[in-house]
Amino acid sequence: MAKHKYETFQILDENGKVVNEDEMPDLSDEQLQDIMYRMVYTRILDQRAVSLGRQGRLGFYAPVAGQEASMIGSHYAIDKEDWIAPGYRDIPQLIWHGYPLWQSYLFSKGHYKGGQMPEGLNALVPQIIIGAQIVQTAGIALGLKKKGNSQAVISYTGDGGASQGDFYEGMNFAGAFHVPAIFVVQNNQYAISVPADEQTAAETIAQKAVAAGIEGVQVDGMDALAVYAATQKARQNAVDGDGPTLIETLCYRYGPHSLSGDDPTRYRTSEEDDEWEKRDPLVRFRKYLESKDLWSEEKENEIVDEAKADVKAAMKEVEETPRQKVSELIEIMGNELPNNLQEQLEEYRAKESSE
Amino acid sequence: MAEMTMIKAITDAMRTELKNDEDVLLFGEDVGYYGGVFRATEGLQEEFGEDRVFDTPLAESGIGGLAIGLGVTGFRPIMEIQFIGFMFEVMDGLAGQMSRMHYRTGGYYDSPITVRAPFGGGVKTPELHPDSLEGLMAQTPGIRVVIPSTPYDAKGLLISSIRSNDPVFYLEHMKLYRSLKGEVPEEAYTVDLDKADIKREGDDITFVAYGAMVHSALKAAEQLSEENIAAEVIDLRTVSPVDLDTIIESVKKTNRAVVIQEAQKQAGVAAGISAEISERAILHLEAPVARVTAPDTVYPFASDEDVWLPDHNDIIEKAKATIDF
Ligand SMILES: Cc1ncc(C[n+]2csc(CCOP(=O)(O)OP(=O)(O)O)c2C)c(N)n1
Repeated sequence: MAKHKYETFQILDENGKVVNEDEMPDLSDEQLQDIMYRMVYTRILDQRAVSLGRQGRLGFYAPVAGQEASMIGSHYAIDKEDWIAPGYRDIPQLIWHGYPLWQSYLFSKGHYKGGQMPEGLNALVPQIIIGAQIVQTAGIALGLKKKGNSQAVISYTGDGGASQGDFYEGMNFAGAFHVPAIFVVQNNQYAISVPADEQTAAETIAQKAVAAGIEGVQVDGMDALAVYAATQKARQNAVDGDGPTLIETLCYRYGPHSLSGDDPTRYRTSEEDDEWEKRDPLVRFRKYLESKDLWSEEKENEIVDEAKADVKAAMKEVEETPRQKVSELIEIMGNELPNNLQEQLEEYRAKESSE
Repeated sequence: MAEMTMIKAITDAMRTELKNDEDVLLFGEDVGYYGGVFRATEGLQEEFGEDRVFDTPLAESGIGGLAIGLGVTGFRPIMEIQFIGFMFEVMDGLAGQMSRMHYRTGGYYDSPITVRAPFGGGVKTPELHPDSLEGLMAQTPGIRVVIPSTPYDAKGLLISSIRSNDPVFYLEHMKLYRSLKGEVPEEAYTVDLDKADIKREGDDITFVAYGAMVHSALKAAEQLSEENIAAEVIDLRTVSPVDLDTIIESVKKTNRAVVIQEAQKQAGVAAGISAEISERAILHLEAPVARVTAPDTVYPFASDEDVWLPDHNDIIEKAKATIDF
C-alpha cells in the first residue's frame, strides 16, 4: 500500500500560513470571508445551543465546536442543489443548506415539524442510527445518476461510524454503481468515549476507500481551505462521472459527545484538549484573512451579534409552536390511514378535545 | 442486604458473575473504560481487566457475531446494545443466528449469551432509543426475553440469564434505572426465568404487566382499591415464554383481565396473552380481555411521549369498563 497517498492534506498551518500553494483553491476574497463568516456564526450557534440545552430549553443536542472547518469547509464546496445525508451532529451543514434554525430546534426538542424540510431542500433528516445515512447515500447517488442530474450527494459520519457494516456497504455500493457520492468521515478522535485508534487497526480511515475501489483522502479537518479543496475535487469527480470519494477529516470536538450526560473529562485530558485548541480552525483562518487584510474584530463582532439575534428569534418561534398532539402523530403515519389508525385517531381526538 | 437502585443491582449481578465464572466476558460500545453511557458497567473493567471487560468498535452486528463466536468457543458473553433501537443492526445475529444455534447443531453448540439493552419511554431520549421492541424478539423462537421491574428481580434475573445456556435478551427500562430503590442481597442469588410474580393479590380483576407498566398497574390497583375494586397485579418478568399458568390461575379467580404494555397495540406481547387467555379460560371470563397499549404509530418524538405512553389512568379506565361490561 502506498502509504504516502494517505498523508494528511493541509493548506493552512496552525499559524494561518499557506503551506501548500499549489493546492490553493480558487476562491474570491468574498468567498474566503464568507467561509469565515459561516464558521464564526456556527461557533456562536453552538455556544448558544449548549447554553440553551443546559437551561433545559432544547432537547437532544450534539456540540460541534472544533469541527467548524470540517463542516463548513466541506459544505461550502457543494452546490445548492446537491443532497446532504447528515448524522445527528451535522446540523450546521443543514442550516447553511437552507434548513431554518427554528426547525433545527424543533428537531432537537423532538417535534415532528422539525423534520418537515422546506420545499426544495435536498436533505435527509439528521440520522440517529449510525451508518444508516451512508447506505442511503448510495441510493440517493444512484437516483441522481439515473435521473441524469449533475448533482452529488454528501454524507457525514464519525470515526465510530466508520466501523459500521453500513459504512462499508455504502461505499462499496457507491463504487460498484459508480455514482456521485461523497462520504465524509469527521474523525473527531472519539466515538463517545472510545478513541479512534481503538475503532480500527488501520492507520487512516481514508485508506478504507481502497477496498471499495474508490478515491480516499485524509485532510486536516481544522483547516477549512484543505477541507474545501478536497471536497470540491470530490464533487467535481462525482458530477463528472468519475465516481465516489471518501474524505477523512481529522478534527476534534471540544465539548461533550452530547448534552445528555456525557462527561469528556472521564476519557480525555485537558492537555489533549489544549493541544487541539491550538489548532483551532477559527483562529487559523482569522490569521490567514488578517494577513490579507480581509478581516477585523469589528466584522467578527457584527457576526456574533447577528447570530445571537437569530438564535433569539428562532427560539421565540419555537416557543410559540403549539405542542404536538398524538392525533397529529397518527395523521402523519402515512398517506392513507388504515382502519386501526382511523379508529385510534377518533379515540385520541375525543381525548384531546376533553382535555 | 443493601438498598440499591435498579442500575446498581444490574452492575452487582454482572460483578457477581464475572467473579464467579472466568468465562464470563462483558463487552459493547463504551462499556469498558467509560463504564457505559448509563454507568451500568462502572468499575468492572478496573476490577476484572481489559481481557474480561472491553470496548468494541461501533458496530452492533459485529458485537453480535463476536458473542456468537465466543459462545461456541466456551465463553459466556454478556453483550450490550447501547440502546434498544440499535438492535436492528444486529437483528440477524439475535433472531437469525443465536436463536437457532442449539437447534441447528442438534445441541452440539449453544449460545450462552446475555444481550443487555436499555429501552423504555418517558425519559426523552432521541428516536430509536426508547422503543418497546420486545415483541419482535418475543416472536422469535429460541430467544428468552426478560424484563425486570424491581432491583431485586433485576439482579436475580440477570444472574439467571448469564448462567443460562440459551440466549437471553435482557431489557432494562431506562425510567426504572434510578427512579426506584429496593433491598438487594449482597450474595449471588437467582430468580427463576419464565416465572411470573404476583405483585398484589386481588379477586376482582387481573392486571398482567411487565417493566415500568408494573408500577403503573400497581398505582392503578391502589386507586381502584379506594373504590373497593381489588385488582391482582401480575409481573411477567419473562415476556417470552410467558408464564401462562400463573395468568390463567388468576383469571379463573377474578374472571376479568387487562393486559398492559408500553408498546403499540399491534406490536406486542399483550396480543398473544389475550389470545391465550381466550383459548384457555374463555368460560371463566365475565368480559372480553382488554388491552392497554400505546397507539399504532412510530414511537413519538420526545416532546409528546408522556401523552402517547399509556399510564395508570388508562388502566383504571379499562378496568372499570371491563368490570361494567
Ligand atoms: C447504530 C448505532 N449504534 C450506537 C449508537 C449510539 N451512539 C451515538 S453516537 C455514538 C458515537 C459516535 O461516534 P462517531 O461516529 O465517531 O461520531 P461523533 O459522535 O464523534 O461525531 C454512539 C455509540 C447509535 N446512535 N447508533
